[in-house]
Amino acid sequence: MSTSSAAKRIEAYAGRPEELIQALQAVQEEVGYVSEETEERVADTLGIPIGRVHGVVTFYHLFRTRPAGRHTIRLCLGTACHVLGADRILAAIEEELGISVGGTTDDGLFSLDVVRCLGTCSLAPVMMIDDDVYGRLTPARVVEVLDAYAGEEAAG
Amino acid sequence: MSAREVRVCSGTACRSAGALEVHVRLAAAVDAAGLPDEVALTETGCMGPCARGPVVHVLPDDVLYTEVRPEDAEEIVREHLVEDRVVGRLLWAEGLEAPSQIPFYKHQRKNVLANSGAIDPDRIDAYEAGGGYGALRRALTEMTPEGIVEAVTESGLRGRGGAGFPTGRKWRFTLDAPGRPKYVVCNADEGDPGAFMDRAILEGDPHAVIEGMAIAARAIGAERGYVYVRAEYPLAISRLRTALAQARDRGWLGTDVLGTGFDFDVELRIGAGAFVCGEETALLASIEGRRGAPRPRPPFPAQSGLYGRPTLINNVETFANVRTILRDGPEAYASVGTASSKGTKVFALAGQIRNTGLVEVPIGTTLRELVFDIGGGVPEGRELKAIQIGGPSGGCLPADLLDVPIDYESLTEHGAIMGSGGVIVLDDTACMVSVARFFLEFTASESCGKCVPCRIGIPTMRDILVRITEGEGEPEDLDRLQELAELVKSSALCGLGQTAPNPVLSTLRYFEDEYRAHIEDRICPSGVCEALAPPYRIDPEACRACDACAKVCPTGAAHGTPGEPPYEIDEELCIRCGACYKACPFGAVTRGARS
Repeated sequence: MSTSSAAKRIEAYAGRPEELIQALQAVQEEVGYVSEETEERVADTLGIPIGRVHGVVTFYHLFRTRPAGRHTIRLCLGTACHVLGADRILAAIEEELGISVGGTTDDGLFSLDVVRCLGTCSLAPVMMIDDDVYGRLTPARVVEVLDAYAGEEAAG
Repeated sequence: MSAREVRVCSGTACRSAGALEVHVRLAAAVDAAGLPDEVALTETGCMGPCARGPVVHVLPDDVLYTEVRPEDAEEIVREHLVEDRVVGRLLWAEGLEAPSQIPFYKHQRKNVLANSGAIDPDRIDAYEAGGGYGALRRALTEMTPEGIVEAVTESGLRGRGGAGFPTGRKWRFTLDAPGRPKYVVCNADEGDPGAFMDRAILEGDPHAVIEGMAIAARAIGAERGYVYVRAEYPLAISRLRTALAQARDRGWLGTDVLGTGFDFDVELRIGAGAFVCGEETALLASIEGRRGAPRPRPPFPAQSGLYGRPTLINNVETFANVRTILRDGPEAYASVGTASSKGTKVFALAGQIRNTGLVEVPIGTTLRELVFDIGGGVPEGRELKAIQIGGPSGGCLPADLLDVPIDYESLTEHGAIMGSGGVIVLDDTACMVSVARFFLEFTASESCGKCVPCRIGIPTMRDILVRITEGEGEPEDLDRLQELAELVKSSALCGLGQTAPNPVLSTLRYFEDEYRAHIEDRICPSGVCEALAPPYRIDPEACRACDACAKVCPTGAAHGTPGEPPYEIDEELCIRCGACYKACPFGAVTRGARS
């Protein structure tokens, strides 16, 4: 099902190589990541070499080449977060979830990414889970937030 | 017409502190009190004091409430709106009701941010009611393209993205460039860590940016525009989408605007997370669907930009300034600022500072006014060490340069740059070598790899800094760093590489003693670098002899007799693991330079 919906999204960009990035963003929005098959399909549909598609996918940080968890954690490692202890927050998340940066939990609930700056420095240290911002994190508070997501999931 | 207006800040920071819930509860309480006709509730963009959010502003009484919790909503409605009594405990400080009385606001001058925090950014009616799109109307019906470019030139406006190139000259080059079609591009790829000015402008007043772009399009003869905005800003993206749709509906964008024959529309392009795309030629490559690698200039985008056509590219804040130049006249605009830098500048204050948030001041304001009068200084009991201004392209200025005026030339002269406006305040707990290392790790990983000085030079500097912070620095490292930094600065292809050495050069210039302490004394004076951290000590005044430190100490370094303070730490046995520091319930374990 997801493959056909991805194909449909790609089709909208047929023959428009200048919209390669939007095409890839659309696929990722649909299925969570850009697979090798997706790269091939995008190359064929837009009429460009697969090397160019792969070059773009690997150049930009926000493209994932492996399936993502249901929730994506984006922990900020910008300057303000750095000086206010983002490394301790990262350690707490990694310990709590048992994954490292770039990984996805076994239950598929969370993926963990780090980003350069979320532009919410006044809340440092800060992270986003999907589109929601969580600020003034402490190692204890970040575990509470993760637990809340896990609890919600369990409650279904 | 409602008698009162209650504005609720719904910028990203206040939202994450619970502003939406505050809004819902206020609305319910207003209804319950039977006041829906007398009280208008407005969700606005950022009001500025992000550290004190959620923020609520009641008008016409002009009372600002801070750190409002959802459960405070009923009290605000009952006490203030029904009984006309100010809720004292929610004020900024005792007796400070109006923003004009509060030091954080008193020293500011809001021009670009005038609408942010005042109007609902999702309502074009509110923007138009305040004169919005009036400048575009003037540009289309009363001015020639030449006249617009002249007004912008006379105003003295300089690019707010960092380099400070005169905006009027850029417009002139693009107007004069042969070739069609022409493009207008708004750089909203605010990538500097520590910067959130453009996010706040897009979230708080998106129409001002669209109006500035449309005026620019009229001036240079463009029919199509792009806003390239980073994906990390979902709220800014959604507000821009709404604003673009409204502007089309009202006929401010589209074909034959105001019956003048002017055709212009704007498309959004969402970034995909590459810092280098803030560089203008890299950004254009990205809009064309390619890897964001910069190319040599000339030719400049004004001659050959998007798809090889003349392209005007300015940043968000620059475009947001444009309508005020046409509205008030270039002379009025140029009356604010310094001899060479006109107008106001928006800054994002963050780091170890009390009033983190978003502020706007006349250019030429001193760092002291910015950090102390407005920002409230560093937290209690700490001392200011440095001000990092301009992000990875900028520099760290020491506390004794607080009286330097903030303008393009003065900052450059002292080794920093205006940059986009990110200001990170560092107190005495910061290690300047590790700050330099942080920025070089950043730029090393964000280098696109196209030119050798940046691809090889930056990681080499980073490796030296890593070595120094890990206790393996050599005396020759300082000269090596200096030489490499100057080499990369003078030979890299684009702005990213040319400015990446600045954090190294400025820390070497002002904090050489810290480098020397790391290399020669094998000590990190602030204790940030684990391998060089000074030993932990116990403050005899604060110690309660609870035995918590001794219980967790793996080597027996922390020792004493329960109930008989003070405990002590044996420096020879201490392995600097920090377990005692975390365990002490009284904050008695400290880490600092040997006394």
